[in-house]
Amino acid sequence: MTRRERYEAHQRRRSLVIATISTVSVVAAIYFLVPLAPGWAKVQQSFFNGETLVKTFPKLLEAFRINVMIFACSAPAIAILGLLIALARDAKSPALFPLRIFGAAFTDIFRGVPVILTVYLIGFGIPGLGLPRPWNSPYIWGSLALILTYSAYVAEIFRSGIDSVHHSQRAAALSLGLSERQVMRDVVLPQAIRNVVPSQMNMLIALQKDVSLLSFIGPVEIFRQAGVFKSLLANFTPYVGAAIIFLIVTIPATRYADHLMARQMRERR
Amino acid sequence: MPKLELQGVVKRFGDRTVCDGIDLTVDEGQMVCLIGASGSGKSTLLRCINLLEPIEDGAIFLDGDDISIPGLNPQTVRARIGIVFQSFNLFPHMTALENVMLAPRRVRGLTRAELQPEVEALFARFGLADRMHNYPDQLSGGQQQRVAIVRALAMQPEVMLFDEITSALDPQLVGEVLDVLLMLKTQGMTMVMATHEMGFAREAADKICFLDSGRIIEEGPPEAVFDHPSHQTTQAFLARALK
Repeated sequence: MTRRERYEAHQRRRSLVIATISTVSVVAAIYFLVPLAPGWAKVQQSFFNGETLVKTFPKLLEAFRINVMIFACSAPAIAILGLLIALARDAKSPALFPLRIFGAAFTDIFRGVPVILTVYLIGFGIPGLGLPRPWNSPYIWGSLALILTYSAYVAEIFRSGIDSVHHSQRAAALSLGLSERQVMRDVVLPQAIRNVVPSQMNMLIALQKDVSLLSFIGPVEIFRQAGVFKSLLANFTPYVGAAIIFLIVTIPATRYADHLMARQMRERR
Repeated sequence: MPKLELQGVVKRFGDRTVCDGIDLTVDEGQMVCLIGASGSGKSTLLRCINLLEPIEDGAIFLDGDDISIPGLNPQTVRARIGIVFQSFNLFPHMTALENVMLAPRRVRGLTRAELQPEVEALFARFGLADRMHNYPDQLSGGQQQRVAIVRALAMQPEVMLFDEITSALDPQLVGEVLDVLLMLKTQGMTMVMATHEMGFAREAADKICFLDSGRIIEEGPPEAVFDHPSHQTTQAFLARALK
């Protein structure tokens, strides 16, 4: 073992010991101090009731299928609309000027309004036109609200991806005689999309959670279902159950997005 | 009639004049080398010929046709004039083969199958037959630059422009790229290259143009320019470059 290795091994042992002591003391403090709070017994009963959790969990899981369904229908639409808006905002031909204005207005409006407000306005407003079934379904219009809002964000991310492709790539493609459109489609976009995959993963995770906002206009998805159980059983544990279900999905997805992000950082360096 | 002719070409970036009235004629099959200090306007001039940069004044003729008319569709011109850049600029998301096939497929309207024999022959000719299916980041600098040359040649250009194509290469890789140029010369390709490789320019060029501050201040056959430079700036530049 060289001098250097001995020193580094010592440093590693030291960090490990410090990290262990500090983690154990924090966990112990929470474990012993929280139950000393005057309302702990009541909180434990109404939020962490094992019996209620077991009883409601299967139904919550079933309601979560609605979330997954809405998510699965919205996500592809968001990807397509977001990309179209990003392209519209970069359109150069004067004939497409209205498209550019539209794209800019679209992103400004839907990024500027809280999601819940968009869900309310579209989810209640459009069915109010007295459309026949199934066109008065809150599922459709609620999903549309999510699609519009998320497309605005996704479009901006695509745009940053397009900007991240070095201009020499464009020059090289143009110099071969390709048209602006072909340059965008064959050379710039494939690289741009690859560059923004990690960021878009984060948008997917946010969307998965925001699907619950649709509960405010009707659909009985997991959050609404948990609310029903809360009223029925006079207990908040179903909300904790819903949170657990979300985490089972979002934690792996978040870790994966972070992994992609870290890999991209390494490749760029 | 010269293959390529420049008359009083002026290019400005803002109020900085990069090309200040350049006249140049290149005959069919000639190799012209542009030499001069960095920032003398060599690269910009090449980009202007390829219409990647619009020119402020003057005119550029290809086979006697003015290709610098404002508003002219640059695509048809660019398909006839190939350019290779210092930094290779291969498309990183495509294999070498796909890099080469993209423009012929899109612009010449050919299918992969139709192109296969022609493109494979090109790869083989430039010693890249076993590299066709590699991505750019799996190739050495010299190989990348040769793929970039093949990519330009696949459009069957009438004129090739080379913008300091060996400047980003390790010294031991320069030779393999310069050899490609010699091959093209024997095949009769018309070429204009900006270069710092004085030895190569002296041996291979038909004509040397020395640029200083956006003007060609001296031009002629290599022996004349290298051995008996008439202009003081040229003398000073060559003294430094050939040291």
